[in-house]
Amino acid sequence: MSTPKRIFVKGNEAISRGALAAGMKCFFGYPITPQNDIPEFLSQALPEAGGQFVQAESEVAAANMLMGAAACGIRAMTSSSSPGMSLKQEAISYMAGSEIPGVIVNVSRGGPGLGDIGPSQGDYFQSVKGGGHGDYKLLVLAPGTVQEAYDLTIKAFDLAFKYRNPVLVLADAIIGQMKEPVVPWTPENRDPEEGQDWGLQGAVNRPPRLIKSLFLDDGALAGQNLKLQAKYKAMQAEVDQELFLTEDAELIVVAFGSIGRIAKSTVRKLRAQGKKVGLVRPITLFPFPSDVLLGLAKQGKRFLTIEHNMGQMVEDVRLAIRTVADSAFHAQLPGNLPTPDDFEEPILKALEG
Amino acid sequence: MTQEIRVTNYPEVLTDRPTHYCPGCHHGTAHRLVAEAITDLGLVDKSILIGSIGCSVFIYNYLSLDAIESPHGRAPAVATGVKRARPDKIVFTYQGDGDLASIGMAEIMHCANRGENITTIFVNNTVYGMTGGQMAPTTLVGQKTTTCPGGRCRENEGMPIRMTEIIASLGGVAYAERVAVNNVKNIMKAKKAVTKAFEYQTREIGFSFVEILATCPTNWHMTPLQANKRVETEMIPYFPLGNFKDVLAKEEK
Amino acid sequence: MPSRVEFREDRCKGCLLCTEVCPTGIIQQSSRFNQKGYKVVEITPEGMSQCKGCAFCAMMCPDFCINVFTTKQAKGGKK
Repeated sequence: MSTPKRIFVKGNEAISRGALAAGMKCFFGYPITPQNDIPEFLSQALPEAGGQFVQAESEVAAANMLMGAAACGIRAMTSSSSPGMSLKQEAISYMAGSEIPGVIVNVSRGGPGLGDIGPSQGDYFQSVKGGGHGDYKLLVLAPGTVQEAYDLTIKAFDLAFKYRNPVLVLADAIIGQMKEPVVPWTPENRDPEEGQDWGLQGAVNRPPRLIKSLFLDDGALAGQNLKLQAKYKAMQAEVDQELFLTEDAELIVVAFGSIGRIAKSTVRKLRAQGKKVGLVRPITLFPFPSDVLLGLAKQGKRFLTIEHNMGQMVEDVRLAIRTVADSAFHAQLPGNLPTPDDFEEPILKALEG
Repeated sequence: MTQEIRVTNYPEVLTDRPTHYCPGCHHGTAHRLVAEAITDLGLVDKSILIGSIGCSVFIYNYLSLDAIESPHGRAPAVATGVKRARPDKIVFTYQGDGDLASIGMAEIMHCANRGENITTIFVNNTVYGMTGGQMAPTTLVGQKTTTCPGGRCRENEGMPIRMTEIIASLGGVAYAERVAVNNVKNIMKAKKAVTKAFEYQTREIGFSFVEILATCPTNWHMTPLQANKRVETEMIPYFPLGNFKDVLAKEEK
Repeated sequence: MPSRVEFREDRCKGCLLCTEVCPTGIIQQSSRFNQKGYKVVEITPEGMSQCKGCAFCAMMCPDFCINVFTTKQAKGGKK
């Protein structure tokens, strides 16, 4: 058992350390700003831990390597940033369709296209609504602090294997590049037989296993889709969010990731001025905390969604509360670094109605 | 006293079912050679098959092995992941010319260059079969396909790619050979090459590669016999048979 | 040594590759269609008596539908 001590690290390093603590055995990456610390750190640390590190020839290749390794029932991961994530979408769809538990990390940056190398939340649609083809869902976890980046990376592996589904950790350049204290911890009581009842091993004294997503026979693809949808429904049990001063709030600010954390500071400041504002910070973007938001809407509260994009999660907020209320929206423009002061005016404006 | 013995022995790993391949298609022969190689070497129990996209996407129906379907062109990357996760297993890809030499060019080059201890069986029939006969990177000059209806010409489409020579030039490659299965003599040589390729994987000395020249009677608009003849008259002159790299042979000299 | 060939007619696709490699030229296309609609190959009884048991046909066949048998002297008491 490891003795907890505080380390002062970037989010990228926290994610890497979390993955190692979770027992990741294989990592496949490719350089792209702002996540290069992840492959650089793991190129040293993973072989030292007895694992395999490969710098792939592209993000496409890395995602497909992840597919192969995870198909063996082994804990494996890849990381990238927005343009590289676009390249991975085919492999992600295959992993979802073949039920392969790969972990993918997106340290998102500004877009569309080459964008910039700073933070943004412009990949919400890509992550939650499916950047790849077909009807599938990933579990999407959005850390708001460097400690959370460590913790949620470990959770990502557990959930991936629990549901035999790919899981996405959605961070951004702020989380990736910011240094904060982290208390590292190692999960205990991991199942040593995890993944061994379905993973590729070489068929000895048993029928061969086939990992596939092609279903051509009559009714087969329909059956597979129903099976996947049932799984995504079961995933609702994993929904997670932070509620901050929501009980007596008149206005609920909804924000995720680093923006959620910055908005929390603004809410705290405005509360000190007597303003009745609160925050809901979704931690799982899929499953989305729709029930929590609807519950608050039924209490007559109003909503302001703040995102570092041109309006993506706000659609899910509106969908959740549509029978009762609507949500205002404030865009922190991609390319412009946010501060707590930036959110004061929009929140006050929304509070006044 | 005489006793009847069976001359033909099909390996158990080759499943007993009719194939979906067209009459005269060489995929069946290639599948059988792979089945024989891994059986002769005693590798069946530890083999993992990485399928690809093309007519042979259903190879897992004919080889009774743990297997995974991979996206078009990405089999060498998927194989890399599998081998890194399970280094003690025999991991191989089976790919056609569109899959390997077009969309998958980066993946095969880098997998070979890294010297991944895997084996690739590359079936080259100079055309995209499954999708109905489009031009492939290995389509010969003058050959008519649905996307070069006037015949491939150098000025517009470039020259056909000789993959075995390119793979052989990469540092991580232990073995690279081109074979054909258009007559019995070539089939015997092909079997030796495929067996050697898998045997080299057990030695963990790098990447092994066998290109098998094959027919596609349907998309060449030929009878099986005519198509088989074309391998000899048109394909072998451009894609010469033989060994292009063998690191162990070099050491022995 | 007498040898014989068994064709799995239900698997034959009538590609005729076997007819080309048989060194004795005894394989020919029949006039029979199998259930899949392929015109299958055959060896006449007279042709079969010429079979050398080389199994070139089976090696060439892409559909695993040829089985070849031959006969050998059973082991006697000689050393």
